[in-house]
Amino acid sequence: MTTAQRTAPVKTAGRSRPLPGPRRVRLRGRIGQTLVYVSLVVASLVVILPLAVVFLTSLKTSAEAADGGALSLPGDWLNFDNYATAFSEGRMLTAFGNTLFILLFSITGTVLIGSMTAYAVDRFHFRARKLVMALFLVATLVPGVTTQVATFQVVNGFGLFDTRWAPILLYMGTDIVSIYIFLQFIRGIPVSLDEAARLDGANSFTIYRKIILPLLKPAIATVVIIKGITVYNDFYIPFLYMPSQDLGTVSTALFRFKGPFGAHWENISAGAVLVIVPTLIAFLFLQRYIYNGFAQGATK
Amino acid sequence: MTETTEAVSVRTHRATPQRRGPSATGAGPRTGGGRGRLLRRATPWLFLVAPLALLITFTYVPVGNMLYYSFTDWDGISPDRNFTGVDNYVQIFTRPELFRVFFVSFYYLAASAFQIVIALYFATVLSFDLRFRNLFKGLLFFPYLINGVAIGFVFLYFFQDGGTLDTVLSWFGQDPDHAWLGDPESANTSLAGVSVWRYTGLNFVLFLGAIQSIPGELYEAAQLDGATKWDQFRHIIAPSIRPVLSLSVILAVSGSLAVFEIPWIMTGGATGTSTFVIQTVKLAFQFNKTGLASAAAVVLLLIVLLITWIQRRLVPDEKVDLV
Repeated sequence: MTTAQRTAPVKTAGRSRPLPGPRRVRLRGRIGQTLVYVSLVVASLVVILPLAVVFLTSLKTSAEAADGGALSLPGDWLNFDNYATAFSEGRMLTAFGNTLFILLFSITGTVLIGSMTAYAVDRFHFRARKLVMALFLVATLVPGVTTQVATFQVVNGFGLFDTRWAPILLYMGTDIVSIYIFLQFIRGIPVSLDEAARLDGANSFTIYRKIILPLLKPAIATVVIIKGITVYNDFYIPFLYMPSQDLGTVSTALFRFKGPFGAHWENISAGAVLVIVPTLIAFLFLQRYIYNGFAQGATK
Repeated sequence: MTETTEAVSVRTHRATPQRRGPSATGAGPRTGGGRGRLLRRATPWLFLVAPLALLITFTYVPVGNMLYYSFTDWDGISPDRNFTGVDNYVQIFTRPELFRVFFVSFYYLAASAFQIVIALYFATVLSFDLRFRNLFKGLLFFPYLINGVAIGFVFLYFFQDGGTLDTVLSWFGQDPDHAWLGDPESANTSLAGVSVWRYTGLNFVLFLGAIQSIPGELYEAAQLDGATKWDQFRHIIAPSIRPVLSLSVILAVSGSLAVFEIPWIMTGGATGTSTFVIQTVKLAFQFNKTGLASAAAVVLLLIVLLITWIQRRLVPDEKVDLV
């Protein structure tokens, strides 16, 4: 993990360039510097230790996991039996399939819906424009978890309960953050481009499809990353809306490990590692986009 | 809702000169016919039909229904529901076992204060030139990206009797046998600790982004004037990250009230770790008390709205310096 991270550049448009350090290092400065490194190392250990222990446990046999201490090393570093068990008995393959299905549809939907809303609101001055914006704004203030009791009845009413469409619609329909991200970017696209295309006879849909969408690529990347991570990690919605065994996502399938595997920590650990690894890979490859995405997404 | 990072506001600002007066907006086809005008007026709505339909179906209809259910004794299934007035609300505030869950929020509230402070510290430290800067940055942020269920299991194992934490403590000569999730106080503290572990990275990255949008010349000038790091923090960094800081405080408070995942996964709400949302979910989906659960959800919603409103009014100038 270390080398890949260090080599990946985290520079973006010169904004995140390190600030200049002090030229004259006084003694006090040096002690301070050492303390800073100590604090950073301690924090890193706090982050790594719980994860490392689970990784170690995932490679142990059940006897080793039961008897040895938490920090003891596995006898065979290539013992992947637990992963095989987690994969087959824990139905992780189905889970990854379901998650992928939900990811594809909800991300595509979020991008289309977010960009269409942003385009309509920014490029047209119709009478109810303020009202539409207000509707989206007020909705940001309603925390999703509070309304699930009633949302459940709506989803149930459509006959979508216990289908993969329930989470897909919920992820698409309630994502206001992405609308804001698109709105910020669309404001930076010169209107003269729209006008030039219009003179050439393009209608609004052509402009949206041929000019706005391609120019929104950076924003789309941000939304895809944020949405992807949110959907991949979400537990609440699949847990409430898809109780069937066959419809497990990575979160709910992993949660079900609690029952059949009971205190078999080596299997549970393998399941947890299986779920974490894709995130780790995505993070290592997309680092700077992820940082930027969250900085933009969370602050709207 | 105009809280933007420096970066974003810069971008919008730059874009403003290119924006046009109202004339350019309706620059539709100049056919002038009745059909053309109708089409032009309908165009924005064609783009908005799907988003608005979803927004109303999955946000506004539920909020409306929830208000209505909260005044009934509905069980969520049967066709008949009786109007019971404010009875549900009275129950929430008078039955101690229902109201008690609010106190669990204080553990998470304290944890978020701690979390904001350490995130601010690391963001400041890592915005200066340091060896392995990107490595530390990645390590601190990564927990935020991990699946909540996986985190739950990682820490269930961590807090086990004779587990990781006990082992590490025994190195320092501490009594290694403690059932961390066994009594309400240490269970809630442990769970709140997990939440710090999980969410510090997000605050850290938000703060870091804000700090790095400060122009470097400011620091250089300050250094020429002989300002120490602490001076630089107080007079340059602190003021310029105020918007992000106040946003973090709002998120922390509303987040502390709406804790669900970690305690649900780790303890299922046992040994006094039940939070408001866990209780609501149990009421609605295990005990079929949809009416009562809706009232609880309305109470939570109102509290969150109230806090957001109070903070929007208070934070911009005063409270930020304290954190």
